[in-house]
Amino acid sequence: MKFGSWALGSWALGSLSAALCTLLGASVSPAHAAADQVVIGDIDDLSGVYADVQGQGGVEAIRMAIADFGGTVLGRKIEVLSADHQNKPDIGASKFREWADQNGLNMLIGGSNTGVSIAMAKVAAAKKVPFIAIGAGGASLTGADCTPYSIHYAYDTTALANGTASVIVNSGGKTWYFVTADYAFGSQLQDAATRVVTANGGKILGSVRVPLGTTDFSSFLLQAQASGAQVLGLANAGTDFSNSLKAAGEFGITKTMKPVALLAFLSDIHSLTLQTAQGLYLTTGWYWDLNPQTRAFAKRFFAKINKEPTETQAAYYSATLQYLKAVKAVGSTDADRVMAELKRAKIDDMFTADGSVRADGLMVHPMYIMQVKTPAESKYPWDYYRVIKVMSGEDAYGREPDPSCPFIKK
Amino acid sequence: MSTVFGVPLPAILGQLTLGLVNGSFYALLSLGLAVIFGLLGIVNFAHGAFYMLGAFAAYIGLQAFGMNYWAALVLAPLAVALLGVVVELLFLRRLYRLDPIYGLLLTFGIALIAEGIMRDRFGASGKSYPVPHLLQGVFDLGFMVLPIYRAWVVAASLTVCAVTWFLIERTRLGATLRAATENPRLLQAFGINVPLLVTATYGAGVGLAALAGVLAAPVVQVSPLMGSSLVIVVFAVVVIGGMGSIIGAIVTGLLLGLIEGLTKVVYPEASNIVVFVIMALVLIWRPAGLFGGE
Repeated sequence: MKFGSWALGSWALGSLSAALCTLLGASVSPAHAAADQVVIGDIDDLSGVYADVQGQGGVEAIRMAIADFGGTVLGRKIEVLSADHQNKPDIGASKFREWADQNGLNMLIGGSNTGVSIAMAKVAAAKKVPFIAIGAGGASLTGADCTPYSIHYAYDTTALANGTASVIVNSGGKTWYFVTADYAFGSQLQDAATRVVTANGGKILGSVRVPLGTTDFSSFLLQAQASGAQVLGLANAGTDFSNSLKAAGEFGITKTMKPVALLAFLSDIHSLTLQTAQGLYLTTGWYWDLNPQTRAFAKRFFAKINKEPTETQAAYYSATLQYLKAVKAVGSTDADRVMAELKRAKIDDMFTADGSVRADGLMVHPMYIMQVKTPAESKYPWDYYRVIKVMSGEDAYGREPDPSCPFIKK
Repeated sequence: MSTVFGVPLPAILGQLTLGLVNGSFYALLSLGLAVIFGLLGIVNFAHGAFYMLGAFAAYIGLQAFGMNYWAALVLAPLAVALLGVVVELLFLRRLYRLDPIYGLLLTFGIALIAEGIMRDRFGASGKSYPVPHLLQGVFDLGFMVLPIYRAWVVAASLTVCAVTWFLIERTRLGATLRAATENPRLLQAFGINVPLLVTATYGAGVGLAALAGVLAAPVVQVSPLMGSSLVIVVFAVVVIGGMGSIIGAIVTGLLLGLIEGLTKVVYPEASNIVVFVIMALVLIWRPAGLFGGE
């Protein structure tokens, strides 16, 4: 639950902007899409704190994938719907339900915010519409909250912890204090990191749960410093992450503690600037400057959006393409057959050369542990990361499906 | 080490100091709101947006014209105040005779538009504004380190609050302003240009919001949503202090900053609702607010 300033403010803002979206037709709704169309939806944070992670860039990535696929599949035109969930589970779920009931939705990509994605996964199960979560971190999407129609793409809290937390704890950062976003994502991320830290002989000295959208982190950081921990684990995202890191620098916390970004996107580093973010370790599923293929995609994306793509924007492209390939392969948009094909097919594209969807719906692929470059090391615009280590999909996510996922046979 | 309710004393002192810093932000913001409500009767929902625009004006000034922090401290609020004047002349002016809800809706709409434009231009994750050279570094207070910049924020806000209070409550200009709200027709009969006075007052209130934005720019991410997360708290401050009470806004702002600071130690999860709990209690006990007249 979210209360208080942020929630109240965005409650009022949200209701009005929802009304505006409807009025202005932010979602291009072909009335009762007929059988001559394949409809792909995107419900994401288009206006709030996570809007830079995918947002309009995500919609553009979907369109690029459709264009590259040829614009049609099985002789049917491919339509895109998009809507803003405003980080509210009820809005995300009801929009999904509406599209499934009225617009002939065939597949939904749901962006950012674990709470909203969990709500949308329930709709996917009820309506039997394939749902690909991208940008939400919570590993429970393919665990306790999994459904036969959900796929989780790009990254999850388990992979983030196995990446960043293990590197830090194995390089001597044994005692940790967490500053955690107070909702599903933050607590899942903290739990995952805690498991990795303790398994590697580290110790958690404390944690503080901070309401989403807090601007002043100084009090929480002083509490972190008072714990005497070596590592400041930031289990938050977006502007929360930026503001906490800035304040850590300002209050000299970074002199005694090593700040660790458990989740940071390229867009965060860009807005923080290298001056503030340099030296930070982070884990990502994709980076625009990895190889010729990623750079080629990034170049085309940049030409449209004027920003380098984030890992999740690239995942939007890849997931759309995978879905369309699956539809083509089975010759139908039937949800069960397409899901079976998605879980069978190997993924080899600009996003990953070695991806596959596990039985529980988790897309397993190699992850990259990165360190943010110093301003001096950065040679050209958006030259932000140095690869520290590549983790195999198995090391990042684990080999076996999550046993807490209800439909996985024990 | 001595403790209070199980919390070490230095920790309490540290949190109180930080509470004072946040409180001075609240005071400065609620001051502008109180001026606008007290003198014009407008519930200025765009206050958070003007605060955000102040911060962005400083950022844009730096990026586009190399304008330094000190210049921004003067020029950014002026620029945003000018925008406020335009808003007053074009829109708000038409609403004074109507129910306050119209002003609220109009300013709310303006806030949404401003946020949308800035998000489109600068993205949701915002921009970084550097701490000015002169104010970098920290004071070691023994129980905590206080960045020099934060100390400056407290000093600057309190000074501006005091000057504004003095202007409105203790000078002839202030007396004229108050008269303009009590009986505009009579005042106009004395040859005073009341509409101009009203426009200038709105501009000044908006300028105060923008000034708070410039002060905040180096310490928080300059982002389109920075105001919307703050404006509701600030409204609560004004309600607790008594709608339109200048001194109420200042004192309550500081007080709530302190209370919020303590909450962050005792029960962090509640730190963003404590203000509203207090607001509810105050409204039950004194519906006109702590400093409000009946």
